[in-house]
Amino acid sequence: MIAEAAQHAEVAVHGMEWTVKELFTYPNEFIYWTIQIVMYPFLTGLVAGAFVLSSLYHVFGQDDLKDIAKFSLLFSFALLLVAPMPLLFHLQQPQRNWEVMLTPHFTSAIAAFGMVFSVYMAIVASEIWFVYRKFFVERVNELKNKEGLGNAILKLIYTILTLGVFDVSERALHKDERAVKMLAGIGIPVACFLHGYAGFIFGSVKANALWMTPLMPVIFIMSAIVSGIALCLLTYIVIMEWQKFQITRHGRRSWHMSADEVKGAEIDMVRKVSKYLIGFLVAAITLELLDLIFRGYTAVKSWDILRSVIYGKDFFNIFVLQYSIGNLVPFVLLLLPGLTVKRTVLATLLVLFGVFMMRWNVVIGGQAFSLTFAGYMHYHLPIIPHDAETFKEGLFGALLMGGLPFVFFWIFNKIIPSLKYK
Amino acid sequence: MKFTRRDFLTTAAKGALITALPAGAIKFLGPDEVRADIDSSGKVRWAFLVDTFKCVGCGLCVKACKNENETPYGAPVTRTWVERYIIKKNGEMLADTPLGARDGFTDNKVRGDEVDPKDIGKAFFVPKLCNQCDSPPCVQVCPVGATYQVGDGVVLVDRSWCIGCGYCIMACPYGVRFFHPVHKVAEKCNFCYHRITKGMQTACVDACPFGARKIGNLKDPEDPVTKIVLTERVGVLKSEYGTKPQVYYLGLDENVR
Amino acid sequence: MKSHAWRPLWLILGLVGIILLARPLVVPSDFGTGERGFMYGYHRKSNEDEWKAFKVKYRTKEYCKDCHQENYESSMSSKHNAIQCENCHGPAVDHPEEPAKLVIDKSRAQCLRCHSYLPYEQSHRSKIKGIDPKEHNPDMECSMCHNPHKPNLGG
Repeated sequence: MIAEAAQHAEVAVHGMEWTVKELFTYPNEFIYWTIQIVMYPFLTGLVAGAFVLSSLYHVFGQDDLKDIAKFSLLFSFALLLVAPMPLLFHLQQPQRNWEVMLTPHFTSAIAAFGMVFSVYMAIVASEIWFVYRKFFVERVNELKNKEGLGNAILKLIYTILTLGVFDVSERALHKDERAVKMLAGIGIPVACFLHGYAGFIFGSVKANALWMTPLMPVIFIMSAIVSGIALCLLTYIVIMEWQKFQITRHGRRSWHMSADEVKGAEIDMVRKVSKYLIGFLVAAITLELLDLIFRGYTAVKSWDILRSVIYGKDFFNIFVLQYSIGNLVPFVLLLLPGLTVKRTVLATLLVLFGVFMMRWNVVIGGQAFSLTFAGYMHYHLPIIPHDAETFKEGLFGALLMGGLPFVFFWIFNKIIPSLKYK
Repeated sequence: MKFTRRDFLTTAAKGALITALPAGAIKFLGPDEVRADIDSSGKVRWAFLVDTFKCVGCGLCVKACKNENETPYGAPVTRTWVERYIIKKNGEMLADTPLGARDGFTDNKVRGDEVDPKDIGKAFFVPKLCNQCDSPPCVQVCPVGATYQVGDGVVLVDRSWCIGCGYCIMACPYGVRFFHPVHKVAEKCNFCYHRITKGMQTACVDACPFGARKIGNLKDPEDPVTKIVLTERVGVLKSEYGTKPQVYYLGLDENVR
Repeated sequence: MKSHAWRPLWLILGLVGIILLARPLVVPSDFGTGERGFMYGYHRKSNEDEWKAFKVKYRTKEYCKDCHQENYESSMSSKHNAIQCENCHGPAVDHPEEPAKLVIDKSRAQCLRCHSYLPYEQSHRSKIKGIDPKEHNPDMECSMCHNPHKPNLGG
């Protein structure tokens, strides 16, 4: 009998593993959106932020950002490829993901997100093509006379990357520049739209008292830019330090500057970028506080339970980890005169942590209270996985997502050396 | 302006057509509307009526629902459930629904604590199920068209199309949706669609010995449910969300969540 | 316009074209907008019939009465007449073919669903004859003294 088969099948209720319920909750309520859904807006935010940073140079001619711009563009692409993966990991039927593209139901923010995401991917990929097109052609010409299977494969890759365009005349390169500028210009609103949509996914859920606010998309965009700039800055410092280390240790000539020159260029860049970081950080915090003040002042029906979550159950996560350690401390660190590289590293790490905690407090915090407004749910992050589910939706699944962009970036850099190429 | 013979003919034809039609038919129907009118589903709008005075909290409805709809019996998730509310004389509200009341309420303990009968101001049971809203937010947010509303008002989930993103679960203010433990797709009450479309009642309505649950067709003025909805004071849950729920309650209390 | 700058755009449009061409191959032909419009009615039409074809398990008293006439009549004339046979005997499904025998729930817990007294005046529960299960013959099955088809003692 079918019914009996279903009854005797192993009862694996999604969410039961990591949800502890307290007081009066509906029977079907569990924490369904877990750490992967925290990773998803976090990564999307990094993409948008990295792209905006590169566009500041390409569009607004912020020449001080020239070096970091090329690197952050490629890094943005690496992040972009990983950004939808947490969602994919989280799906109960991941093999059906293509339906989002083939039967999109556009009244859903997630379906629209798929389209915006693809457009954005196309823009970033095209921009990279225009920026590095000359380099591809040069490489093909270099590899023409070289023997060996490795070189043949490389040549094939670069030939494909040229898309069959070998024209590197002044006129053509000028066209490239104009195209880059245009794409970067279109890219900024699309990047904001992309991440605004991630905010919209949450902000438009009217059933969730914590999520539903029209400020959500704007808050998400601001914190996205903050985290994107912080990550680019941090990665930039790490790579520069690595170059310095190699130059001093091995005297390697992979970099065409001396260690001191690298150091000088590095701290110069760090100071410039950190100014942008502070600006966006102030905007992000202002919006978040505005949201909090409005909720408290208007105190609608849901405020009693929200207050007990914000000022009670999640106080440590919100006010200590997010606002104090994640926002206030790095703000002071960056603002104090005589900014050093070490201090910037600490500050950017804290900023990234702060933005991650902001995502956490929205996604997990929004499920910390019951729809009954008379009960709570506690999330216990699975650390040691014992099945696919606890891996996917646990600490290691999240770490995998966090590490993948760096792996992709490393691979891309084998083909497109975004740090060396001038 | 030139009035050609062609114009004259079309005007005359239109005029003849309009006069030939009865007054009520002048409204122009789109092809979808015409189809909906012909289709029998245009004459059905399923709705549910719950009489909270009659409910005794036996949970036989939950038991029947789980068996009928193949929801794993041991799992805490369920398409329908019964809540108990105890409002003490000091105003404190106690509410619970252990295992969705699958085994009924057999003692006066709420989460393990005995409630002193002398303290009870009022106490009652409230059955819950999908509201088959007129504006279902769960359907609006489905990214792939895997959940949808039929013309007769019932919201269904296509088990072969659902990607399991959980957005619909998040969008429902009533918490009626969950992931099916076996099929791993979104699951919800569908008014026993396989029964009501065969002229039967839902499994929970049949199982209830007290007539606390009724299903009916709001488009049929002679339907007992329609009569009660139109003539008595009924309430719905969480109307502030604008979902236009179609499960009506008699004796709804402001404490009900 | 012939310029290398359009190359990426052609590539992207080509990819979009391929996806659009592939769409009819993977998306069922009956997928579309239903009676409730695009917002609420976008779906695969045949799924409605799939749900309609779902197996009915609870067949109600009407299904039982022809073969089990005696039991049907006795229960119908008792105070338990509103209770479906299947509430205790389990869903009939295709009985007697499948399952050949139904498992009867004679447990104390089954009776206590209604007959454990709860002091809830505003609910019909308090109007049902109830006992305190801790006091009322706690170790015995209810059916040892009460016949569920004729619940009054000695009936």
